[in-house]
Amino acid sequence: MGEKVLMKGNEAIAEAAIAAGCRHFFGYPITPQTEVAAYMSKRMPKIGGVYLQGESEVASINMVLGAAASGVRAMTSTSSPGISLMSEGISYIAGSDVPCLIVNVQRGGPGLGGIQPSQSDYNQATKASGHGDFHMIVFAPSTVQETVDLISDAFDLGDKYRVPTMVLSDGMLGQMMEPVVLPEPKDPNNDCKEWAACGHKDKRKHNVINSLNTDPPTLERLNFERFERYAKIIENEQRAEEYLCDDADIIIVAFGASSRVSRSAIDKARKEGIKVGMVRPITLWPFPEKFIKKYADSAKRFLTVEMNMGQMVNDVKLAIECKKPVSFYGRTGGMIPTTKEVYEQIVKLNGGEQ
Amino acid sequence: MTDLNILFAGFGGQGVLFSGKVIAYAGMMEGKEISWLPSYGPEMRGGTANCSVCISDNKIGSPLVTNPDILVAMNLPSLDKFVNEVVPGGTIILDSTLIEKKVERDDVNVIYLPASKLAEDAGVKGAANMVIVGRLWRETKFCSEENLDKGLLKSIPPKKIDLLDKNRKMIKTGIES
Repeated sequence: MGEKVLMKGNEAIAEAAIAAGCRHFFGYPITPQTEVAAYMSKRMPKIGGVYLQGESEVASINMVLGAAASGVRAMTSTSSPGISLMSEGISYIAGSDVPCLIVNVQRGGPGLGGIQPSQSDYNQATKASGHGDFHMIVFAPSTVQETVDLISDAFDLGDKYRVPTMVLSDGMLGQMMEPVVLPEPKDPNNDCKEWAACGHKDKRKHNVINSLNTDPPTLERLNFERFERYAKIIENEQRAEEYLCDDADIIIVAFGASSRVSRSAIDKARKEGIKVGMVRPITLWPFPEKFIKKYADSAKRFLTVEMNMGQMVNDVKLAIECKKPVSFYGRTGGMIPTTKEVYEQIVKLNGGEQ
Repeated sequence: MTDLNILFAGFGGQGVLFSGKVIAYAGMMEGKEISWLPSYGPEMRGGTANCSVCISDNKIGSPLVTNPDILVAMNLPSLDKFVNEVVPGGTIILDSTLIEKKVERDDVNVIYLPASKLAEDAGVKGAANMVIVGRLWRETKFCSEENLDKGLLKSIPPKKIDLLDKNRKMIKTGIES
C-alpha cells in the first residue's frame, strides 16, 4: 500500500487510470472536469502514453473507439454537455463491442446549464447514453478513494464483458480533495486481445470492429448475444453499500455526493431515535435491485435523495415492486442539499407525511 | 472536538486555497477525517475565492461548508458575504489590515488580526494567509504543532520548497500574535 496523500478527485481519476494500465487518453476541456485532462497531458508523455486533445468531444470519443478497437485501455473524460456530444460515439462503441472508460464529472443542466455539481445525467447514463439497444456499466463513487478504486474495476469489467463503462462523478467529487491511497501501478497489458484489430500478421483471419450491419437477422442476433452478456452483468455485478438498514422504517436510496449528505442526516436522525438507513448504489447500471428489494417488506417507506428532479425514483419503485411508497427529495441546477434539509425530510416522513 | 468546519475566503491570489490545504493536510496528519473543497469557475477570477475545509472524527458528509464554525475573511466582500452564516458561538478571523469594518454580531468571537501588516513588517509580503493559519491553529488546537508543520511541508510543492522557512516563520508569527 502506498502513502496516503491529499488529492483532488479529478487528479485521482487520472492517476488511477494510469495505475490501471491506461495509456490512451482523448478528451476536450470542460469545467468541472478539466483537471483530468490537464493531469493526463502532463503525465502521459512521461510514461510513453498518448494524451490527445481532440478538436471536439465528437472527435475525442471516436479516437477512443479507434484506440479501444486495437485492444488497449482507452478512456475519455468530460462533463455533462460533453457526454451529449459523445453519445453517438458511445453507441458505436457499444455496437462494436469494445471496452473503454468514459468519465462524466457532472454539472447542472439541461443545455449548457451551469458548472456546479449535479446528478442530473442519471437517466442518460443508465438508460440512454446513445441510440439503440445497449447499456454501459455505470459506477457512482462517493469519495475520492472510492473513485480511485472504481476506475480500476471499471477497466477490468469493461474488458471482461467487452462493454463501455462509465464512472459517474460530479463537480463536487471532482473538485474536492480527500486523503487517498493510490493502488500499485499495473503495467499496460500489450498482449493482443483475440477480438482486437491489432494486426493479424497473416496468422489468423482479420478481426473486423464495426457497428454497421444491414442484415436484420444478423443484427438481431448480435443484439441478443449482447443482452445475454448484460444478463450476466445484472446477475453478477450489482453493487451497493447498506448503512443501518436492518431495523430501518425509512430507507434512503442515494448515490454519490447526495449519499454523503444523506449519511450525515441519518446519523443525526438516529440520535433522535428515528429508525432510518440507507442503501447506496455503487453501480447505477446494473441497478442494485437485489440490495433494495431485501427491505421491501421490512421498511415502511423509501426516500430517494438526489441532485436532480427525481430520476432514480422509478428504479427504486421497480426494485421494490411498488410495495411501499417512494418519496423524493432533491436539489438541482448545481445546488447541493444540506444535512438539515435531508434531516427535515426524514422527520416529516417519520411523522407519516408523504 | 468532533467537527470543525472552516471557511476561508478572500481575493484570488491571497493564498486562500493554500491556507485551507495546509489546515486540511495538518488534520490528515493528525489522523482526522478531512475534506477540502474550493469554489471553482468564473468566481475564482477576480471575485472572491473561497474554500471549505472539514475536519472531523467521523466520516465527512457534505464537504461544502455553508455555516462555518470558523470564518477566515481576507477581504471585505468575503466578510459581508459570510458574516451572517457563521454559527452562533463561532469564530471570525479577519485581516484587519485590509478590513476596517467591525463585525456587528455579538454572538461570535471576532479576532481582528492585522495579518497583512504583520507579514509585511516581517519582510514577507503576501504571506498574511500563513499568519492567519498560525492564529487559527492557536484558537482551535485541532492538531499538534508538529502535525501543523507536517501539513505545511506536505502542502508546499517541491519546486517551491525554498519558501518553507518563510511560511514557517509566518505561522509562528500568527501563533504568537
